[in-house]
Amino acid sequence: MFNKWLVVILLSASVIGGCSSTGESKTDEGGTIVEDHSTNANAGTDTGASTSGLPANQTFQGDPLDNPSSPLATRVIYFEYDSSEITADYQESVLAHGGYLAENPDASVTLEGHTDERGSREYNIGLGERRAQAVRRLLLFQGASDKQVVVVSYGEEKPVAEGRDEMNYGQNRRVEIIYKR
Amino acid sequence: MFKKIILMSLVLILMPLSMPANAVLDIEITGGVVGEHPIAIVPFSWEIKKTRQSTAVSQVLASDLKRTGNFALIPEKNFLERPHHGGEVNFEKWRALGVESLVVGRVRPGKQGNYLIQFQLFDIYKGDQSDTAGPDEAEYKIKQLIGYSLPTTAKNLRLTAHHMSNLIYEALTGNKGVFTTRIAYVTAKGGVKSKRYELQVADMDGYNPFTILKSSQPIMSPAWSPDAKKLAYVSFENKKAQIFVQNIDTGKRRMVSAQKGVNGAPAWSPDGRRLALSLSRDGNLEIYTLDINNPRLRRLTRNTAIDTEPNWSPDGQSIVFVSDRSGRPQLYQVPVKGGRAKRLTFLGNYNARPSFTPDGKKITLVHGTSDGYQIATLDLQSGVIDVLTNGRLDESPSIAPNGQMILYAASNKNRGILSIVSIDGKVKQKLVLQQGDVREPAWAPFRKP
Repeated sequence: MFNKWLVVILLSASVIGGCSSTGESKTDEGGTIVEDHSTNANAGTDTGASTSGLPANQTFQGDPLDNPSSPLATRVIYFEYDSSEITADYQESVLAHGGYLAENPDASVTLEGHTDERGSREYNIGLGERRAQAVRRLLLFQGASDKQVVVVSYGEEKPVAEGRDEMNYGQNRRVEIIYKR
Repeated sequence: MFKKIILMSLVLILMPLSMPANAVLDIEITGGVVGEHPIAIVPFSWEIKKTRQSTAVSQVLASDLKRTGNFALIPEKNFLERPHHGGEVNFEKWRALGVESLVVGRVRPGKQGNYLIQFQLFDIYKGDQSDTAGPDEAEYKIKQLIGYSLPTTAKNLRLTAHHMSNLIYEALTGNKGVFTTRIAYVTAKGGVKSKRYELQVADMDGYNPFTILKSSQPIMSPAWSPDAKKLAYVSFENKKAQIFVQNIDTGKRRMVSAQKGVNGAPAWSPDGRRLALSLSRDGNLEIYTLDINNPRLRRLTRNTAIDTEPNWSPDGQSIVFVSDRSGRPQLYQVPVKGGRAKRLTFLGNYNARPSFTPDGKKITLVHGTSDGYQIATLDLQSGVIDVLTNGRLDESPSIAPNGQMILYAASNKNRGILSIVSIDGKVKQKLVLQQGDVREPAWAPFRKP
């Protein structure tokens, strides 16, 4: 029951995310992909999830992971303060990663959850875990399998920026998607 | 060649003498009131021939007592005499300085080339109102509170001095001294891409630090066993959080929790047989207890919130922890046997990292407001939260085993430092690592034999 609701919520989130992102010039084709996957997931088939919707890929030879203009090139998802919500800016990329994992069952990722330094360290481990789990749920929803996705929370322990202002903090509130290849 | 040998032996001789080099943490009293109890500590006479004094015993006593915030130390330059034994003391001269307590002593040759420290603590005013003393009795014998002869060695001189501080502190305040206890903390050095982490143990004044674990990956949440012989901690050395228990004396360690997901926030039960910890094996962070020797997990919480940072009550019956089940992190208490968790904090939108004071009457915590994060205490009976510090990023409070001081991590000029605040918030001091960050302090309990 709970899972069903989750799917509905995630679904609407992805559709909304997809629609809103079509309004942005650089991600025209991204919206299409999102809708494709949603449909396929609804239909219960797993063969329809393909990267064929990516016109950019037509000229790119090789693994789409290496295509710098693919939404897969985005490997760091940033978060608002004290939030684990994947913002519209990143939904296209996360969904693309989910699709890629679904199509490439041999690929696997580690999701590293991070926070800024404010607050208690172990509580921040919890926040980092929650962020990484939010990304994981979306990947699984796109058809990635449980064993393809490992979650590790580092909390505030591994900052990429060490300054003490909102600009630095914003860079540290992130989930890194790391492929094992 | 010959010069080289001379140089080398010079270095060898100098090394044990240059004590400040051993102190990786520099201590600085940063604020608060000066203690009310005026005390004078006369530099001890050094009566060991052909050996220089490696540790100024009286200086160790002075800095120990000063650190508690209870004492006002009379400056040495004001002294009118420098006695080393009760028989040499002219109490009138100390009364004139407004001194209430006086410490005198000497370091003499002991057996087999070792040392013998003799010292006495006097109450300047003791016996003034009574005439019970016989005419033959020396004044200093009436006024003496304690007097000891302590055998020691060159190597243990500093430790013995801390032991003397305990005796003096206990005689004057009635509280147990913590000067021979140790602290553990994590250091981090290097840039974001090349961080090196160390778990270190040192004397409570920052001296004699030694590293018990080095790693290129984060180390977190050191927690002392109740007998002060082991540390539980979280290490990411295998690229994921795992909990280890390490014996401080032997250096041997054991992995005690490596569940899927988060293994965090270890806290010992008062009997040292179990750990409370936070695991995400069932999807999100929940509080568990783990029987260390007979690995068995018991789950204490069940919800979709973050439940972490457990701490055992001194009576062993309940566990306090942080949870954001209400939307914001707040403190809760749950019976160890299981049951409903009771919410403890309602003031402020961020209350975390709880731990009981040794008497079980208060909880130390991190209290967050729009002014940042400070160290506070929660009175369990009245529910009152007292904020004790004024930093913006204060965290990881760890209370001294006598309940009188709280060690915590703070930020100073973009560096992580350790600080100490007295339980009433009146006295503050900082301990600064010479380079890099220092964080996550844990004050060891009294060491049991």
